[in-house]
Amino acid sequence: MRSKYIVALVITLVGLVVCLTPLVWMVSTSLKPFDDLLKGGLEIVPSRPRPANYSEALSNFDFLRSFWNSSLVAILTVLGTLASSIPAAYAFARLKARGASLVFTGLLATMMLPGQITIIPVFKLFASLGMIDTYAPLVLPAWLGTNAFGIFLLRQFFKTLPEETMEAARLDGAHEGLILWKIAVPLAKPAVVTVAVFAFLGSWNDLWGPLVYLHRQELMTLPVALVDFVGGAATVQGTPWNLVMAAAVVTVLPSIIIFALCQKSFVAGIANTGMK
Amino acid sequence: MIAPATLGLLLFTLGPMLISLYLSFTDYDVVSKPNFVGLANYHYLLMADPSFWVSVKVTAMYAVGSVPLGLFAALMVAMLLNLDIPFKGAFRTLYYLPTLLPATVSGVLWAWIFQPTDGLLNRMLAQVGVTGPSWTQSPSWALPALVIMSIWSYGGSMVIFLAGLQESPKALNEAAALDGANAWHRFRIVTWPALTPVVFFNLIMGLIGAMKAFDQAFSFGQSNGAGIGGPARATLFYVLNLYTKAFEHFHMGLASAMAWILFAIIGLITFLNFRLSKRWVYDEAAS
Repeated sequence: MRSKYIVALVITLVGLVVCLTPLVWMVSTSLKPFDDLLKGGLEIVPSRPRPANYSEALSNFDFLRSFWNSSLVAILTVLGTLASSIPAAYAFARLKARGASLVFTGLLATMMLPGQITIIPVFKLFASLGMIDTYAPLVLPAWLGTNAFGIFLLRQFFKTLPEETMEAARLDGAHEGLILWKIAVPLAKPAVVTVAVFAFLGSWNDLWGPLVYLHRQELMTLPVALVDFVGGAATVQGTPWNLVMAAAVVTVLPSIIIFALCQKSFVAGIANTGMK
Repeated sequence: MIAPATLGLLLFTLGPMLISLYLSFTDYDVVSKPNFVGLANYHYLLMADPSFWVSVKVTAMYAVGSVPLGLFAALMVAMLLNLDIPFKGAFRTLYYLPTLLPATVSGVLWAWIFQPTDGLLNRMLAQVGVTGPSWTQSPSWALPALVIMSIWSYGGSMVIFLAGLQESPKALNEAAALDGANAWHRFRIVTWPALTPVVFFNLIMGLIGAMKAFDQAFSFGQSNGAGIGGPARATLFYVLNLYTKAFEHFHMGLASAMAWILFAIIGLITFLNFRLSKRWVYDEAAS
């Protein structure tokens, strides 16, 4: 029995090393001077660490501005997703509104739909509203409950809440809105956090939306800025991969921090929704 | 309470779907009015377009390579993390970490790892005396590079496998062990049948994801200097092709037709999967 555990532990550790090597290499490259990139060999811990890569990457390519742009878009998207998904999910879970199940089925079907089907008319719509080169096309859909996955996840959670609690509040004269925000949402915190984290990641990582809707450099979000950076940064000596990797680390760091902070609720949120 | 969601569904999904179906029968450049051309776009794509079938082939090869490998990796990791070992929680978090990298960043990072001379992979191969292929620069190795990279995004399916494994019948497993079934038999007879619905879900999602692949291909092509779909169109994914047609050449009608063909392919594959699933997916209610 004992030796079995040790074998399992060793395999898990070896697998982990394989899985994390690309990440480690990203961080390691981001701290090396350019000359050391071309030396060959497998130096993991930089012998001549160069933190200045980070300030160079941030300043050379206006990365700070892109960072701010991405934050703004992501925050507005998360707020919109919660503001529209929570009431919709609650309604789908509790209220027997006529046509609701039809709308819900339609929403679920959109998860299968390739976004490319709708992109051209939606692009035209935003263009005719003069909203190209604004953040409206990236943010507005979130406020109109287009996050089908979020609505689905929240609905599953709301369904598990005991009807008696709601009924008691209703008898005390609380209206549905109050019950939703004061009773159901606090009880559904893991699901709410999960949806918020997914909405954040979806927005923060989105490449397609900004590529289609934004053209002005000063509006760009991080993923586009990163791709532009790596595409345009090559010099006669080659691509400055150390700076590119520094920019990449800065791009993923907020996601990792948010994941670490929300991990507990996140895990509970996924585990409790009956998503097998 | 569902009014905003209903409006969103009409405004951003159903309405645009109908319009894009109409646009797929027109010649349209966004600026001037759409001009009805019947089936000309579909005819052009299927019969004359030099890039359409290239991108179908690239995407199909990618799906066939990346989906089974990705599912296998995800299942292996999930089974490891389901074992009773110390620091289980920490392992789960660490194994999930790569999933937090967006496909765009993965594309950039792996373009660096796959650099022909300075990349990590060929350096490691050189340590054991193997001269690696010139991945990012080679028309025959660029797509395999993207397949290898895709395995790394196992995290999403892994979480779902793990949830499925945790619901797998423990008592049955122990009973089988007492009856002398070895680990492989227990997996075959107890774990796998209970897991098939989860495998099916991950398979469907993986296939749809592979057919819609864009971010990683876009950033990979930009990073290795080969440009969109390069080198030599070896990574010209379907959606990459669609994007170029729509937003670089403004052939919106043609791009709409491409989108509908993609939708039809996804629908067909999903339908076939559901039909075939009856043969191998365990249905608790039916037995």
